[in-house]
Amino acid sequence: MPLVEVSRLVKHFTRDAGLFRARTRVSAVDDVSFSIEQGETFGLVGESGSGKTTTGRCMLRLIEPSSGAVRFRGENVLDFSSRRLREARRDMQIVFQDPYSSLNPRMRARQIVEEPLIIHRLGSRAGRQERVAELFRLVGLNPVHLDRYPHQFSGGQRQRIGMARALALNPSFVILDEPVSALDVSVQAQVVNLLMDLQEQLKLTYLFIAHDLRLVEHICSRVAVMFLGKIVEIGRTSSLFVSPQHPYTRALLSAIPVPDPDAPRQRIVLDPASVDRHVVLREIAAGHWAAI
Amino acid sequence: MSPDPLLSVSHLTTVFDTPDGSVRAVDDVSFEIRAGETVGLVGESGSGKSVTALSIMRLVQPPGRIAGGSLSFKGRDLLTLDERTMRTVRGADITLIFQEPMTALNPVFRVGDQIAETLRVHGRASRREARTAAVDLLRAVRIPDAASRVNDYPHQLSGGMRQRVLIAMSLACQPSLVIADEPTTALDVTIQAEILDLLREMKSALHLSLLLITHDLGVIAETADRVAVMYAGRIVETGPVRAIFREPAHPYTRGLLASMPGGRPGRRLLAIDGSVPLLGALPPGCAFNPRCPDRFEPCTAAPPPDYVVGPERAAKCYLHDRQSAVRSPQSAIRNPQSAMGTDATR
Repeated sequence: MPLVEVSRLVKHFTRDAGLFRARTRVSAVDDVSFSIEQGETFGLVGESGSGKTTTGRCMLRLIEPSSGAVRFRGENVLDFSSRRLREARRDMQIVFQDPYSSLNPRMRARQIVEEPLIIHRLGSRAGRQERVAELFRLVGLNPVHLDRYPHQFSGGQRQRIGMARALALNPSFVILDEPVSALDVSVQAQVVNLLMDLQEQLKLTYLFIAHDLRLVEHICSRVAVMFLGKIVEIGRTSSLFVSPQHPYTRALLSAIPVPDPDAPRQRIVLDPASVDRHVVLREIAAGHWAAI
Repeated sequence: MSPDPLLSVSHLTTVFDTPDGSVRAVDDVSFEIRAGETVGLVGESGSGKSVTALSIMRLVQPPGRIAGGSLSFKGRDLLTLDERTMRTVRGADITLIFQEPMTALNPVFRVGDQIAETLRVHGRASRREARTAAVDLLRAVRIPDAASRVNDYPHQLSGGMRQRVLIAMSLACQPSLVIADEPTTALDVTIQAEILDLLREMKSALHLSLLLITHDLGVIAETADRVAVMYAGRIVETGPVRAIFREPAHPYTRGLLASMPGGRPGRRLLAIDGSVPLLGALPPGCAFNPRCPDRFEPCTAAPPPDYVVGPERAAKCYLHDRQSAVRSPQSAIRNPQSAMGTDATR
């Protein structure tokens, strides 16, 4: 059984009618299904507006989906009561993209990491302090700096604090929403290495939401490509990156700038009008599906 | 012999006066741009690459100020021009494309009028001519249905289209140098590819020189002829793009290239330790030394000068100093070639 199974997830946003505008409905996530196996890193890629972030948030019900199911260890998270949901969230966590806005600037690092433990009433005061220091070391920070405020840390260190907070409750599943894209190039690799180390050490399962395809290729075992709210291609990274089938995937891969001046460039340009959004996914090769 | 450069930046130094003292955002920067070439200026946040661009345009605002150096453009030093003369160069002969296409356009004016204004300010066209020219320019940067788009307001256009408008505006007065500061950073990767293609095309069609500022080595590899790598306000390495990507001479450049995802999936990446220093608190000596895997004694003593490391190549790194390499015991094994060799196998 997969750890997480998303089926036919839909999220509409409605925009109210205005003076010169009729009420409109936008399908940010449109009938999205995929599953994530225990211990794997599953990549969700797409450009801005493709619905990848909304999908991630719907899975944790940070945004309430319009319909569909999100099964975690076989149980549908969307049926949970708020109390049951809070319990479930101990096991499913998220790390946000921007380490500058996702940490409360008025809280010390210690409080930020400890907060989930307090909310879930875990451990004694002394026990929590010990756990916080342990988490700090786990993400490669020095506990000496626990009483600092977020602005006293660099971007990479802040993202480590975000990771420590996410790991405080010992989750098995972590959604990483563009975890390194706001960081300096020279710091990104450190954080990526940390994420890979923690996964191995703590047997974590990741949903990795990103637009950096080079990075996705490097760390994800399987990947789904989203385009205008739908998954247009899904498969093992090795298969999908080598033989992309959907025209959008081909265009996306061909647009990645390659850090090699002698690399051949063959840009594939997509005509969005040529993509039929009603085509359903079909299996091209074992485990490799495309909407063509 | 290479012809006279179009722009020659020498010993440019731009400081910001803060209550805690002056900070050198651009520190003794020298490079040149020849006619028709694309120079890539690569660096991370705080490296001084954008301030370098603003300095060339003489647009540095207080508390920042250009503290020294010269900017020789077509034989004149831009730093000695009076503001009025500078205004005839800025926006006409040298133009700047900003990173954020939403904030660089005025939201309350139609895009066509904004392009036309550029032409009229520089006395290149009458009101009616400017209007026609604006449509032609939008057509040139491949905006579909240019004749009606010219009446759009910026918010009616997508990010990629807005960036095309900015490019059209920058080309309006037929400049000889266009500076593009992270022109694609705010855009999706497929749109980025289109904009880079457009810049390349425009450059060769109009015989421009392009200074492309970016943090993305992939963009540099695809676009630049020559590269200057900036770190903490200084240019640490310069050279032709192929040479730098094949055999980076500065440990920082090597680290950046090595840290990019690639190689066998799932493998740990070769990260650079530490983080980018704050300009107000630079370490003594080479600013990269606390993060450098090849650090040895001279690195902490004084900032390294430029060493010639190949044809048209220079690097600010003591690894390339024959004398200190001989003097220092550990560095006997650390001449440039062996340092590169160990890096490749690390």
